[in-house]
Amino acid sequence: MTTPILEVTGLTMDFGGIRALNAVDLEVNSGEIVALIGPNGAGKTTFFNCITGIYRPTAGDIYIFRPDHAGRLSLKGLKPNQVTERGLARTFQNIRLFPKMTVLENVMIGRHCRTKSFLFGAVLRTRANRREEEEILEMSYRMLEQVGIAQYADDNAENLPYGAQRRLEIARAMATEPLLLLLDEPAAGMNPQETIELDRLIKEISRAGQAILLIEHDMKLVMSLSDRIVVMDYGKKIAQGNPLEIRTNPAVIKAYLGEEVNA
Amino acid sequence: MDYFIELLFSGLTRGSIYALIALGYTMVYGIIGLINFAHGEIYMIGAFTAFIVATVLSIYGFPLLAIVIIAGLAAVVWASSYGYTVEKIAYKPLRHAPRLSPLISAIGMSIFLQNYVLLSQTSDFLPFPALIPDFAFMEPVAHIVGSTDLAILVTTVVVMLILTLLIKFSKLGKAMRATSQDRTMATLVGINVNRVISATFIVGSSLAAIGGLLIASHIGQINFYIGFLAGIKAFTAAVLGGIGSIPGAVLGSLILGLTESFATGYVTSDYEDVFAFTLLVLILIFKPSGLLGKAANQKV
Repeated sequence: MTTPILEVTGLTMDFGGIRALNAVDLEVNSGEIVALIGPNGAGKTTFFNCITGIYRPTAGDIYIFRPDHAGRLSLKGLKPNQVTERGLARTFQNIRLFPKMTVLENVMIGRHCRTKSFLFGAVLRTRANRREEEEILEMSYRMLEQVGIAQYADDNAENLPYGAQRRLEIARAMATEPLLLLLDEPAAGMNPQETIELDRLIKEISRAGQAILLIEHDMKLVMSLSDRIVVMDYGKKIAQGNPLEIRTNPAVIKAYLGEEVNA
Repeated sequence: MDYFIELLFSGLTRGSIYALIALGYTMVYGIIGLINFAHGEIYMIGAFTAFIVATVLSIYGFPLLAIVIIAGLAAVVWASSYGYTVEKIAYKPLRHAPRLSPLISAIGMSIFLQNYVLLSQTSDFLPFPALIPDFAFMEPVAHIVGSTDLAILVTTVVVMLILTLLIKFSKLGKAMRATSQDRTMATLVGINVNRVISATFIVGSSLAAIGGLLIASHIGQINFYIGFLAGIKAFTAAVLGGIGSIPGAVLGSLILGLTESFATGYVTSDYEDVFAFTLLVLILIFKPSGLLGKAANQKV
């Protein structure tokens, strides 16, 4: 049974005279891992920035389907924090943690948008507030265990080894309880061993029912993980299909894969 | 020796008042990278509010403790609403403008608020009622350490403790730290950055208003211009300690207060402000990032 989670239609983004995205359509269904690939400058990260509210797209529509909400919700024109509240969470290709906060705090902060009490609860420390705070703490700790970095919980994020920082970014995004997790080049800068571990981690998260949309250059990882692959070039979607179809698609080979497939 | 202790305490008192104001500068700078030059005026408005409320209440014969609490709360609420509004009117529309624009806007707000109080109140110095009584237990040492000095020190320490807990443990505090470290990322984990910025202005303004109440009842008079010099001094203290750093603001304020106190006590009182600003110049030459500041590669 596949139900749609994200539906993007005709997404277009102009920067001055340059069309970075040209009428891109894309859907993600529940439980799926979809990979967005393409050469450098194809518009993959721009696509992420548009759907998470960092950029305001020139044209096109972005909808999310929430189980607690009949019909679809438009994400277009919302601010990034509102998009996060509605169920998209993302990581960045260059790591963007809160460096001077502890690992645990980094995750807890992702959790805060799912809780109610803000200023007054913090000042008055009501019982409900304290219970909520304990739940956040417990849940954040579980999150760290899930991605395997619980031993660093009290260290400052900036002091973590590179691979652990990547994992922390994923944990922080997961803490917002997203319907769809967006990973922007999660394997960037990782050594082969770390990439294998990442592959395992993403599969684990996916098995728990999490839908994932990822941008990645590491073809081995993409082919191993993805249920479906969408290929972009020069801001346009040029192909989509399962890994096998993409591997043998002449347009894709021409645009991008080239030698890698022949090798 | 008595004289030394007297100067020490007067320096600490001064320093704590500077700290209450300096925290507002440093917190706002930490979050949006703006020197809020209208902050001194918020402190002045806090003092005026406390003055008006305290005067009215004392006419009706309220007990002193009730006057202090009500006047303090009124000052905090009223000054916060000014701080909040100033941010919404003068800084928020310029959030993505070049750095110079909000700075000029801040100076404009400062001049506006001074003249607004000048026109709506008066240009005269107003006698501020003595809100803090002489404690009986302070009698034996009253010639060295005044009761107001003690009250100011204790209040400041309590306020600082609350602030530290708020920033370290509360959700708002975490959101503030996250926003100051990476604003875009903060919105992406679902933090409403506008709300955090507003909250920062409210917290900073509340601290300044408490400072306004304390200093006004210490010195015993206020006018529309007190915010300017106090603001500049507190700004100096914040830079001295490393702007953007909260412990730095407190440390810088205490150093500035003690320097002024000892310099006026042992050298001459004619050059009180000269000592303060000499200190600023020296720190800018030898350690531009301030005592506890990070090297200036972050926010510039």
